[in-house]
Amino acid sequence: MTAVFPALRILPEILLTLTGVLVMVTEPLLSAKISRKPLGVLALLGTLAAIAASAWQLHLPAGTAFFNTVQTDAFSVFFHLLIGGILLVTLLVSLNYFEGHSTYIGEFYALLLFSAVGMMLMTSAIELLMVFLGLEISSISTYILAGYRKRSAISAEASIKYFLLGSFATAFFLYGVALCFGATGSTNIYSIAAGVASSSSPLLLVLALGMMLIGLGFKVSAAPFHVWTPDVYEGAPAPIVGFMSTAPKAAAFAVLLRITYTGFGTMSHIWIPLLWIMAVASMTIGNLGALTQRNVKRMLAYSSIAHAGYLLVAFTAFSADGLAAACFYTAAYAAMNVGAFAIISYLSGYDERRVHLQDYAGLAKRHPLASAAMAIFLLSLIGIPFTAGFFGKFYVFTVAMHSGRWILVAIGLLNSGLAAFYYLRFLSQIYMQPYDATQDISEAPAQPAFVLGIAILVAAVFVLGIIPNRVLHLARASAATYFPGTGSNVAVHARPTPLR
Amino acid sequence: MNASILTLITFLPVAGAGIVTLLPKRLLPAFTLLFTLFIFLLTLHLPAHFDTARHGFQFACNLPWITTPAIHYHVGIDGLSLWLVVLVGFLAPLGVLISWRVIDHHQREFYSLFLLQQTAMFGIFVSLDLMLYYAFWELSLIPITLLIGIFGRKNGRAAAIKFFLYAFIPSALLLVAILWLYAKTGTFDFVLLQSQMHALATGTNATGLWLASLAFLLAFAVKVPIFPLHAWLADGISEAPTAIAMILAGKLGLYSLLRFHVGLFPDQAAHIAPLMVALSVIGILYGSLLALVQTDLKRLAAYATLGALSFCVLGIYAFTAASMDGAVYQILSESVSAGAFFMLLGILYERYATYDMAQLGGIAKKLPGLATLFVITALSLIGLPILNGFVGEFMILSGSFQTHPRLASTATLGVILSAAYMLWMLQRVFYGAPSKLIADGMQADINGRERFALWPTVALMLVMGIASVYWMRAIDATVPAFAPRCAPASITTRISNYARMTNLR
Repeated sequence: MTAVFPALRILPEILLTLTGVLVMVTEPLLSAKISRKPLGVLALLGTLAAIAASAWQLHLPAGTAFFNTVQTDAFSVFFHLLIGGILLVTLLVSLNYFEGHSTYIGEFYALLLFSAVGMMLMTSAIELLMVFLGLEISSISTYILAGYRKRSAISAEASIKYFLLGSFATAFFLYGVALCFGATGSTNIYSIAAGVASSSSPLLLVLALGMMLIGLGFKVSAAPFHVWTPDVYEGAPAPIVGFMSTAPKAAAFAVLLRITYTGFGTMSHIWIPLLWIMAVASMTIGNLGALTQRNVKRMLAYSSIAHAGYLLVAFTAFSADGLAAACFYTAAYAAMNVGAFAIISYLSGYDERRVHLQDYAGLAKRHPLASAAMAIFLLSLIGIPFTAGFFGKFYVFTVAMHSGRWILVAIGLLNSGLAAFYYLRFLSQIYMQPYDATQDISEAPAQPAFVLGIAILVAAVFVLGIIPNRVLHLARASAATYFPGTGSNVAVHARPTPLR
Repeated sequence: MNASILTLITFLPVAGAGIVTLLPKRLLPAFTLLFTLFIFLLTLHLPAHFDTARHGFQFACNLPWITTPAIHYHVGIDGLSLWLVVLVGFLAPLGVLISWRVIDHHQREFYSLFLLQQTAMFGIFVSLDLMLYYAFWELSLIPITLLIGIFGRKNGRAAAIKFFLYAFIPSALLLVAILWLYAKTGTFDFVLLQSQMHALATGTNATGLWLASLAFLLAFAVKVPIFPLHAWLADGISEAPTAIAMILAGKLGLYSLLRFHVGLFPDQAAHIAPLMVALSVIGILYGSLLALVQTDLKRLAAYATLGALSFCVLGIYAFTAASMDGAVYQILSESVSAGAFFMLLGILYERYATYDMAQLGGIAKKLPGLATLFVITALSLIGLPILNGFVGEFMILSGSFQTHPRLASTATLGVILSAAYMLWMLQRVFYGAPSKLIADGMQADINGRERFALWPTVALMLVMGIASVYWMRAIDATVPAFAPRCAPASITTRISNYARMTNLR
């Protein structure tokens, strides 16, 4: 293998960091009166460069850098592209969100960029301390972002709740890492895997695994570590919620995949039941919770808990396909959820004028295009065929069925039937109710950047739902390079088509 | 052409829906009418080039679609689906004609959703890959739910959500069963699956197969609907706009029962058949009795539909060649007659804005043209000989009498009851002294547009009643083969069934 200059292994992160620093430095130099949009454009350019750099990394031979702390492979590239894409769309749809409301817009872009850097690091780290660093970088940025509507009490509340519970969860994770080090003498994923296989102190390992599961369970808002989610999503600005309900989750799921599949692969008999329970709890609690919500942001918060549950179903398959399905579902979920929150952020604006279900009554008449986009995202969240949500769920449940988890599949699919009810209620509110002209709210016309962002998301929903082969290929490639497919503990299925 | 005709038919309506969103409002009905008429003409290509002597699927097209899981774009039709595809093509222009003036708001949404719904229906009938089939199956829910919800009567929204949940939750179990089949066989392809089912039915899989067959059955039974899963039907039909009421019940579920329940799980279907026969007989009597006491015309039509559809279920699960042929024929003829009936109800509602029988009466004096059509349609629904309803009903009853004599005789009561509620309804609504509403209102008799929709339909009823052989040829070449092998072999040979009496082969 030819040696690769180490910095190239973290090129996307470097580019994003440089852009972020540039934004921070330029911000004070601009006159206070002029628009901060150029900074947003700068951030967009940096993001595009980072995405291009990630795609380019596919051509690098898979390998590690910086003393075995980061590893670039198809798996990391998949998540880099995903997080980069989420960042790009979030920047596009929020380019006008703060216009005329906040004086800290420059920092907003920088924080978004930095938090993406942290998440990207998490997905390529194979050293738990590196994971922890990435986790902290991303979390601290998102804590601040959650409270970005400074004058709003509930935004501040969201930020503080997120911060307190989040740091608590991070502490759990760190404690897990420490115990893991105690049991195996290393914090490198591969050394841990070797250590776990030959360990003489399983109790310590179980504790370590449990601690890390708690920490990551919090980050992905899986039940029973989900209680913060509705409050935080309700208070945080809508475009940020779109970002923080998808990107940090994607990163945390990537870490969870590395830890469970690789690090603790030989202890699957311990973590599969645990994730099984978490999956069932998340799906059920998420969907039941969403049923009673009248606030759309809280409703989507519970729905995101449920979707974390669907994703965990893929984890329990513990096969190369399971990993690919998890990767794919993360992408599908990101497309539809960012989209839903983007539309909400457009319709309700900076001061959150439309947060209750009845505020959306008959909106199709006034905003036909925004409503149509919202309908597509909601239908995808329900899991209607030819959308990303359908194929994602379908793939997840197929692999789970392959591994014989048919009870889990039945629970999951019944849950998705239950979930249809509240998405449909939202949709019917938009399309079937008469428009209430008395509470007329005048919105600024949608800006080209916003329209472009939504167009990308709608296209993504349909591409992932109708012609998913390319993304599937990448997801399967990431499973292939990363998954120890030759291990005896791996369920290899007789399949009609070759795996690779 | 032959390989791509089904794809063309299936996806043309979506393209039409796309065009509809761009056209100016006043052109919408005319455009949609011409477009659906064109699609109907295309579907006529199928019977014209269908080879009844050939076995297997025709006009087939099988392309890889998604690599993992292995999903193919596999479409094709046989004698079972041939006429159903044509039927979908036939009903669509009628739906447009009848919605012309009634739909006076959100026209763009209406016509694009209507076309989308047509694609889903075509897709269901032509898909031979379970996954593709399931996708269309789920897809069909959305436009129909929205159409009921937005354009329904005052409780449309509740009825729409009820319909959706009734259909969606069993579909989830259906998907579990499909995934289970895939996990066991590694394919979603209907033809491959059918050939592997026998090998699958060994050892530990027996329970799984049973559960899977039940999941299939449940999902389809709700969609038909079969008693006691019919709770969504009356609300759905009575709230839905006419164009949707025409296509809401029946053919999707019945086709799926025959193709995927009987076709994939013949042994399990044979075991559960007595239960299904019993339920269908209950459905016939229950639907007819409830229709007898309705005061709302649309609810009467809904319960009449339940009775008529139960006849089809009886025919399918009696597993004789005659009854199964008859069931498929009855699906076609019921769709045509009930379609006409719903159109007539819609026309009546357009004139008098009520479905309440108590307010109507003596319409025949005022609107003789409408009354004539109403009477013909009602007679066809009752099953009067030389009209289409008779053929299917007779074949179903005579066929099922061979295997289930007692239940079949009980089902015959349904025929009498249907005559009772239909004729009583005609007497109350059309004859006798005009009610206050009718006497005061000056309403025009049916106009050219309505004639254009109804006369071909009524003519078709007559032709289907007399020249049933034309349709039966393709049906009889395919459908009797669906009967489970483990059903007594002598039955199919023993009976002198109607189909063979008329020298169909």
